Amino acid sequence: MTRVGLIRIVVIVALIGALELACRLGFINHRTIIPPSEMATALYSLLASGAINADIERTLGVILLVIALSIVFGFALGVVIHALPRVREALDPLFATYYAVPIFIFYPVLIAIFGLSPMPIVLIGVATAVVAMIIATLNGLDRVPRVLTKVARVHRLGPVTTAVTLQLPAAAPYLFTGVKLSVSYGFIAVIAAEFILSPAGLGRDIADAYADFNNRRMYALILFLLIIATIVNGLLHTLDMRWTERRAGGRP
Amino acid sequence: MPRDIHAQLAAVTRIYPGAGNQPPVHALGPIDLELRKGEFFAVVGPSGCGKSTFLEVIAGLQQPTAGTVTFEGNVVSGEVAEGIGVVFQEDASFPWLTVWDNAAFGLRRSGVAETEVRRRVEDALAFMGLKDFARAYPSQLSGGMRQRVCIARTLVLQPRLILLDEPFGALDAQTRLLMGDEVLRLWRSTGATVLLITHALDEATMLADRVGAMSARPGRFIEVIETGWPRERDSSIVANAAFGEITGRLWERLRGESMKALGHATMAAAAAE
Repeated sequence: MTRVGLIRIVVIVALIGALELACRLGFINHRTIIPPSEMATALYSLLASGAINADIERTLGVILLVIALSIVFGFALGVVIHALPRVREALDPLFATYYAVPIFIFYPVLIAIFGLSPMPIVLIGVATAVVAMIIATLNGLDRVPRVLTKVARVHRLGPVTTAVTLQLPAAAPYLFTGVKLSVSYGFIAVIAAEFILSPAGLGRDIADAYADFNNRRMYALILFLLIIATIVNGLLHTLDMRWTERRAGGRP
Repeated sequence: MPRDIHAQLAAVTRIYPGAGNQPPVHALGPIDLELRKGEFFAVVGPSGCGKSTFLEVIAGLQQPTAGTVTFEGNVVSGEVAEGIGVVFQEDASFPWLTVWDNAAFGLRRSGVAETEVRRRVEDALAFMGLKDFARAYPSQLSGGMRQRVCIARTLVLQPRLILLDEPFGALDAQTRLLMGDEVLRLWRSTGATVLLITHALDEATMLADRVGAMSARPGRFIEVIETGWPRERDSSIVANAAFGEITGRLWERLRGESMKALGHATMAAAAAE
């Protein structure tokens, strides 16, 4: 482990330890935050009981669907928009200001149209994440060196082979940034939508626990989502680092 | 076409249409030139005179507005002909592939058998001094080595006409001399015809059998100089008295053109006197 990594772990452990002490010594009211060790044991009990299995399945399933749809449609739309400069020019102001608009204001509209089902959550999730993927795709394709197109012609490659063997790999680092953002936005949007209004799911579960003053359950669920998000982002970060290292340095 | 003529340009002109309200840009020509089979021909000229356009027209990457380009008797029209290899000025190595896979790229796309791919890539990497770096990625190599990877990728396809577009433009002077030696070695061992585009007069003089001096835009050959070097030569030729004479003569021809290219019309007129 690197020195920086070690420092990072020490800082996290110290913060958790400080919170534990503050809770145990009464500096923080038990009704506000419970000690981290209690969160962990509550989570263990919840998982062991199987009481949240259905919610885990539903929420993670919706998140996966949102991420997959955002990546696939975001990439496809990015490629199409990149090929149509006038359409892109027309859409550029929308992309530039998209995340300045609180997309969640449309959630009630979607519920009104599709009812209280996973559909509005999926749509609000995709609406939140897809533009990040479109922008990343446009960015990636813009940065494919022009010389690669010439190389493709020298090798007499067709348009599809050129796209698959040269343009896509050249744009891959930017596309991966889009994937990472889609994953993050997918998580945030689904949990937030469930929290606001949903018949089931981990977000709804947290909202119910909060309304019932059930701190043990609420913090256990928050901890669970934190762990899942950290693992997923950690994996993506590791993949990204490996590819970046390969493309931008390191020893033969 | 006579047997020793490898490629031929007849009244080749290239005019770029103007963007928006801009007038068209007459970039090149008319040019008439014959490249002899197995010769090393270098093109020098001021910045923006159309050297790269000239190379891309011969390669088939651009179509001439007028005139014809023939390679081995066949007209080159909007498509790179089999047997032509191009090395570009920009780093065109693929950062996501190892040196080995970079070199094998073209062969694999052409469906060459894997045993043959292995043989040719091994030979090319050994020839370019990259054998020990076969598993490295381009980002782990210097600029000169990355350019060698691109040359190896061209070499494995066994081109009969190799077009080099300022391939050493980004390298330091010493590395360029050494790379020049490698290109000469490659030229001798493959027997290919080589066309080199360069802005360095000394490089052109050192490497080529003939050097074509190009005018400011629109690029035309104002003189083609025979260097008279023996086929067996290397960078030590820079110490030869004739080297200085040829380079000086080239500069004499190009000085006014370079000034024109920079927009110094008055200075160009004075230089002409």
